[in-house]
Amino acid sequence: MSSAPDSLAATAAPSRWTGDAMRSRVRKRYVAERRFRALGFAAVALSGLFLAFLLITMASRGLGGFTQHEAALPVDFARSDLMIDPAALRGPQARETLAAVDLESALSQAATAAFGAEAGEMFGGAAVRALGEKLIADPGLLERRDTLWLPVASAIDVAAKHDGAEAAERMVEQLQARGAIRRSFNAGFLSASDATDPSAVGVWGALKGSFLTILVTMMLAFPVGVLAAVYLEEFAPRNRWTDAIEVSINNLAAVPSIIFGLLGLAVFLNVMHLPRSAPLVGGLTLALMTMPVIVIAGRNAIKSVPPSIRDAALGIGASKMQVVFHHVLPLALPGILTGTIIGMARALGETAPLLMIGMRAFIAAPPTGFTEPATVLPVQIFLWSDEVDRAFVEKTSAAIIVLLVFMLLMNGLAIYLRNRFERRW
Amino acid sequence: MKEKMPLTSTTPVPSPSAAIAADAQRRGPSTVDEAALPGGHRADEREPVGGSLGAAPAPVAVAPPVPSPGESPEAAPGRAPKMRAKSVSVFYGDNQALKDVSIDIHEDRVTAFIGPSGCGKSTFLRTLNRMNDTIAGARVTGNIELDGQDINSSAMDVVQLRARVGMVFQKPNPFPKSIYENVAYGPRIHGLSSSKAELDQIVEKSLKRAGLWDEVKDRLQDSGTALSGGQQQRLCIARAIAVDPEVILMDEPASALDPIATAKIEELIHELRGRYAIVIVTHNMQQAARVSQRTAFFHLGEMVEYGKTSEIFTNPRERRTQDYITGRYG
Amino acid sequence: MQQTSGHTLKAFDEDIDRLRALISQMGGLAEHAIEEAMRCLVQRDTEGALVVVENDAKLDALEIETERRAVQLIALRAPMAGDLRDVVAALKISGVVERIGDYAKNIAKRVPQLENAGKIEPLSLLPEMARIATGMVHDVLDAFVERDAEVALQVCERDNAVDDFYDSIFRTLLTHMMENPHNIGQSAHLLFVAKNLERIGDHATNIAEMVYYAATGRHMAEKTRAGSRRS
Repeated sequence: MSSAPDSLAATAAPSRWTGDAMRSRVRKRYVAERRFRALGFAAVALSGLFLAFLLITMASRGLGGFTQHEAALPVDFARSDLMIDPAALRGPQARETLAAVDLESALSQAATAAFGAEAGEMFGGAAVRALGEKLIADPGLLERRDTLWLPVASAIDVAAKHDGAEAAERMVEQLQARGAIRRSFNAGFLSASDATDPSAVGVWGALKGSFLTILVTMMLAFPVGVLAAVYLEEFAPRNRWTDAIEVSINNLAAVPSIIFGLLGLAVFLNVMHLPRSAPLVGGLTLALMTMPVIVIAGRNAIKSVPPSIRDAALGIGASKMQVVFHHVLPLALPGILTGTIIGMARALGETAPLLMIGMRAFIAAPPTGFTEPATVLPVQIFLWSDEVDRAFVEKTSAAIIVLLVFMLLMNGLAIYLRNRFERRW
Repeated sequence: MKEKMPLTSTTPVPSPSAAIAADAQRRGPSTVDEAALPGGHRADEREPVGGSLGAAPAPVAVAPPVPSPGESPEAAPGRAPKMRAKSVSVFYGDNQALKDVSIDIHEDRVTAFIGPSGCGKSTFLRTLNRMNDTIAGARVTGNIELDGQDINSSAMDVVQLRARVGMVFQKPNPFPKSIYENVAYGPRIHGLSSSKAELDQIVEKSLKRAGLWDEVKDRLQDSGTALSGGQQQRLCIARAIAVDPEVILMDEPASALDPIATAKIEELIHELRGRYAIVIVTHNMQQAARVSQRTAFFHLGEMVEYGKTSEIFTNPRERRTQDYITGRYG
Repeated sequence: MQQTSGHTLKAFDEDIDRLRALISQMGGLAEHAIEEAMRCLVQRDTEGALVVVENDAKLDALEIETERRAVQLIALRAPMAGDLRDVVAALKISGVVERIGDYAKNIAKRVPQLENAGKIEPLSLLPEMARIATGMVHDVLDAFVERDAEVALQVCERDNAVDDFYDSIFRTLLTHMMENPHNIGQSAHLLFVAKNLERIGDHATNIAEMVYYAATGRHMAEKTRAGSRRS
């Protein structure tokens, strides 16, 4: 700007900064900023609303699955048809002894005796199991009369919670009139595995399967992913081959997960003949899927370590390996862990590839090892959602809640680890 | 070729001022860059700055012989240079960043590289400890020797080279570890100590030599990055010293620091001079003048002039050097 | 080394130019003082001589100003190499020019003493000697402005002529004094005037050495400098 004489400048200044044109520009700018902030807020609010909707729906539908109704049943085992030797119940063969006995018909008899002819189907698999537990805990029950609180069959349960068949409704009313029905926490949901009777289902089997699968996934994907990232970023020469590898890995991360399922089917099951439906195979498949995510996150984290640290280490005569493992990796660890969290969250929720490799079987007992047949929580949810019985609806929602909590816990653990390793440079 | 410097006038001294000048010559220099060294003066270093401006007819026999650029003028006989570069060129891909630079680096001296930005002085500095190896596409030709050994040959272990030729960078870059760990890391990975007590000693000695000990001796476990800028830079110098190098390269070590911290660093360089050969790259000419005994001026990838600092700044030979030094460049 | 391009900082150029301008100004005043003093001497102009004596104060003031500016320049601009030599040379030259002015003042001071002198033969030699000396001062200060080492060398050689003149005047005056004892007083004054002129020539030589060093960075070698044969 050329220097104008002072008098001119005094009159020129106001018209530039305080004139009408400038003022309207400023106003428009403020309006635009406010509009943008409002839009941003609206976006956040919308997301929050969706999240709230999801959580509230799940909670309202699923919380019921954590509770069950129990009915008070007067029993008199001495007079029943049950032939059980109390001594056997105290020994190591307790469960086998119980399995050989028809507890179900005994319960049916007792129910009919207490509540009438319609009560024959009042108790289901859950009650059988519960009774078995009580007998093992107190074999003296066999010799006396007592009133036991036992979980009702799912039809009664549904009738009590929402509405169900007419007969069931009547049963509920009758029980309520006699004060013989109560609601309690369904501990069995968390400790039992899949069953045909919805009142007896639990998520523990699927939970354990998920846990084992994720373990296999992480134990494979994390070291391989991190080492691959380190090699690609620090040691590999920059030529067409490494460019091709980088492109391939980026694409792998975007491949639909079901393709990995097909891969797992083809390679792990058909070629390598690994046991079907095992956490080992599931873990391997998910590892293939998670590794590219970890590699990409790892590479970015390593790239973001400032070159000044590397130079400093090189400058005092550290070898390449020492630079990487003493300086670069510790600083890149938070970023790597973030990538791992993302990969793990994705793997926890995967259903399609695991369905392809057969982890959809009906597993009644939790898996005991990596090569035992198992299922994972998302698959279990999928299977239950397919069931016709209405009682499964709330169980499905309850399982979803369990899955969400499980994921939150694992993410929380990973975030805690990341924060612990976070260092400033 | 050593010039003869008669200490007394050979013609009758006609005026009192000449006597004073002759006496000054006899007494030796009182210039900034030739302060008393432990181990005595060397005979060739006694020329006073600029001499008297002709007011006294003190005898100046012959103008000193003009050495070819790069050769050490008046090298002390028998003292080989610590590092010697011959016809060094550096290419980044097809682009030539350094053209045919030849220079000797002597110990007991601070050698300064000056020049405008992009002239190649930092590039050349990095060839001395092969830091250019880390840049993809960088190619170094020519011969660089440390104590007579070619540093680019396969017989020289680059990790050891970098321990013997240490480097301090422009922006202080301490490791994100404790102060103790920063200094101890180098000796540890090079196996320079066999016990914790020895390592403690090395750390203390290095911090003392870097002039940082008194300020941090009570908080060695604090993070190195929590120090002020000047302290961080001294920590980096202590870290470089801890591996007992023979040469220390400094790439604009004080350019990110305030004047007081800068002065401390310069004083530190002066103290370290007796023990290590120091090469400093600086874009601050006054700093080069204050701190060095030899200065090399780089311009567009060439080394234009190399000589005694006192001469470069009072009477440079090359027009380009003169233009740059007097602020006529650009 | 010739400096053709200006500093990136133009104010630096201005400072140096102002310093040189001061030296030129001082040189002009000093030359004028010598010429005036000689004219007054020849014409026995006592009033003119008083003016010369008074004007010497201006030269002193300029020398102080030059010193101030030079010190400021060194502090603020941190001159290097050629610039540094220029500034230090300017500083020293201002001192020498001031002394030359003092010699001119001394000559002027003697004019009243010669008022009543009759015609003194050797007096006619003095103006020629003064002309050479003044010429040396003029040329050497031009050489400073132009940074011309060659001219400086030539100025040194001219000092021989001044010295020769002095020798000749010395002998002539001595003879005159022996022949005209009643004029010894005035003759002695003329002797001192001649001595002053010879000193002015020497000082011009000193300035030439400073100019040479500022321009080239080397000292004048002994053989090319006319060694002064008198102290």
